[in-house]
This record gives sequence, C-alpha cells and structure tokens, in this order.
Amino acid sequence: MKAPNFEYRRPESLTEALELLAQHGDDATIIAGGQSLLALLNFRMAAPELLVDIGRLEELKQITGGADHVEIGGLVRHCDLAASPLIAQTLPLLPQAIGHIAHPAVRHRGTIGGSLAMADPAAELAACCLALDATFSLVSARGQRWVGVGDFFQGVYETALESDEVLTAIRLPKPAPDSVGIFKEVARRQGDFAMAGLAFVTAADSGPRIALLGVADRPMLARRTMAFLKDSPLNEARAKEAVDLIGTEVDPPEDPTYPPAYRRHLVQVLLQRVLMELIQ
Amino acid sequence: MTTRTRRLALTVNGEAVSREVPVRQNLVDFLRHDLGFTGSHVGCEQGACGACTVVLDDETVRGCLVLAVQADGCDVRTIEGSGDLLGDLRQSFHELNALQCGFCTPGMMLSAEELLQANPTPSRQEIRDYLSGNFCRCTGYQAIVDAVAAVAAKRQGGAAS
Repeated sequence: MKAPNFEYRRPESLTEALELLAQHGDDATIIAGGQSLLALLNFRMAAPELLVDIGRLEELKQITGGADHVEIGGLVRHCDLAASPLIAQTLPLLPQAIGHIAHPAVRHRGTIGGSLAMADPAAELAACCLALDATFSLVSARGQRWVGVGDFFQGVYETALESDEVLTAIRLPKPAPDSVGIFKEVARRQGDFAMAGLAFVTAADSGPRIALLGVADRPMLARRTMAFLKDSPLNEARAKEAVDLIGTEVDPPEDPTYPPAYRRHLVQVLLQRVLMELIQ
Repeated sequence: MTTRTRRLALTVNGEAVSREVPVRQNLVDFLRHDLGFTGSHVGCEQGACGACTVVLDDETVRGCLVLAVQADGCDVRTIEGSGDLLGDLRQSFHELNALQCGFCTPGMMLSAEELLQANPTPSRQEIRDYLSGNFCRCTGYQAIVDAVAAVAAKRQGGAAS
C-alpha cells in the first residue's frame, strides 16, 4: 500500500523542530531515517497529521568522546556508527551488533535515535545501550532531561519520550580498557529480526552486564546470571551453571512461530557461546 | 483530504530535475511514474525485498523507504544511469544465468556493485550476506553469487570461475 496523506515540514534547526512538536503534539510524528516509519506508513499503521523531518539537523549527527563517556547524536546512522574509529576503539560491541541490523541499504538511512525511539523488542542497539548502561538526552521546547536506559524502554514500541520530545543524544560510559564486549544473535537469515540476541560486556574489576533482546517486551538484563558470574572466576563448570541459570530467568512471550521454550534455548546457546569464547 | 505537495530539485542519473510532488510519494514511485525510470521495481513496499534499490548520494537505499521529498537536493542513480559502471556485471549475470524473470536484477546489481567497490575480493559468504536484503524468487541465489564472484575474479585479473 501507499502512505496516507500528511503534511510535511523540514525544520532547519532543532529549535524550529521543537517548536513544531510543541505546537502539534500528538498529531505530529518525527521522521529521522524513516526505515521503520515508512513501512508503518505504507501499512497504514501510522497516520500522522504532520511529519516533522529532522533528518538534516547536522547538530544531531556528531559522535564525540569525553573523558569518561562517548556521546552519539540521535541522527548518527548505523553505517556511520559502524565506520567510526572512535566507536571501534572504545565500544567495539556496537559495530558487532550493527552487522546484524537489517541490510546495507537500510543501514545507510537508519539512525540510532530512530531505532531506540521505535523500541522494537528485538532491536540490537537497544540491548547494547542496556548492556552499556546508556543515558538518553530527551529535549523539548520545555527543556532537556536525561533518562537512564532502564527507565527509557517501557514496553513494545513504548518509551519515556513525550510527544514533544526529541531523542537528541545517547551517552555511553566508556568501558574499562580491559573490558570485553561480545554481541551475538540468532536470526533465520542474515538481516532478519532476531529470534533472540545477547549483548555481553565485562571487565576484570566489575561483573558482566548481560542484556537480552527478543525475549521480552523490551530489552532486559539477566540480573541473576550477572550476579552469579560476578562472584567467582569463570571455568567450564561455572559456565554450565550460568547457562542453566539464564534459562530460568527468561520468560519469552507466547508466539506461534517461535515458542517460549525455543527462545529460552537460544538464549542459553548464545550465553554458552560467549562464555566459551571468554574461557578460550 | 487535500493532497499536500512540495517542490523538489534533485539530480537523477546525471540530469537536474525539478518537480512538484505529493509529500507522501516515495522515491521509487517518483522515479517510475514521474520520471519514467521503470528499471527500479516495486515489490513489497515495506523494505523487505530490495527490488526498489537505488543509489542516493553514492549509497544504496530502499526506494520504498525514502520519501521523494527526502531526496530533495540529492544525487540519485538508478539502473538506467548505471550502464557504464555495470557492464561486466551485466555480462556476467547473462552468461551465468543469474536471472530468470529479472524483477530483482536491477537492485541485485546495484547492491553487488556497491559490495565490489567496498570489498573487491569478497568471499562467497560475504557476497551472500551483502545481497541478503535483495530477494530473488527464481534462481535460488547460487547463480547470482557465481556471477558476482566471477566479476570480482575478473577485475582482480584472475580467471573467471
């Protein structure tokens, strides 16, 4: 099908965009890369009165490194993130994950802010942000607020974003220099939505953070498995116990194609692969 | 409901174009219906099949997932404007039977060319991964991978497989 009728504005500055959103509220929808929204429009699942195209706001396209964090502008595209030397050096988890996001032609348009604001439960970058303990900058004409990743994702396609807010930046603490980030997922074909996925970040003096995607209504931390792995050095016996444990703390939703038991099994397989990599 | 329109100016296949378009029109429909570049095909209209692949500012995109107005000021290239670039790839697709109905072929070739520019010596798995967003319902992909691999080998000066 074709997209429904709507008005279209392309603001020249963030200030102008925020004014439009303040004025039109729920009737307006932000378009960034449009890689999810255009499909929703074509399906007639979205029918905004007004599209506010923020795609050309250069101020939201920067990747900057601070002393203890990296800040990624909301409009940074998947392909730019994957090609950034700063990201490769400080947050190697991200390029690994981006290799699983759709296909090259989609990664040329899709943005990190768009993906996070969409809040698909199987989204790779959402799980990475959870594993990396991200904070999000939400800006409206009323001002700016920072929201932690744990409060940002609120359900399937549900986030803390108000209708007049733009996700302008994602702030990620720099992991310790000795930290390891591993991303793995299982999809039917390269680029398909994941049936299950796992973002794993660990460092010598802190326990691991394990974020799962595709197994709940939002990305989730495997907290009990994280606590278990923090307590003692990793060996094959401990790894097996951790794999058993993670199976008990995921409760995937009913799904006619992939039953909960299957997704739970996939999570266990993914964790096993990660832990075996770490042991070797 | 009134149809909302907007004037856009862009370059398509090397020629400057200026048109008034409905803002809800996607790029591939604009290229096909307003400009007559029907080599870009419309399959799924949800970004899954890759038949509508075109090149926007030197990068492949889904023509169905870009609004025409989003391409305002940009440089667009379709299969019609890619003849010089794709001569050996077209020959290879022909010789190795890498197409039957031809519906996926323009998108397949634009994606394949982008891969070969970025990675002149891709493995068969890398070819499969890069083309995974371009569906073909005829060939079973084997011949397409053969054709792309053969071009890569020829461009490297080796023998075609």
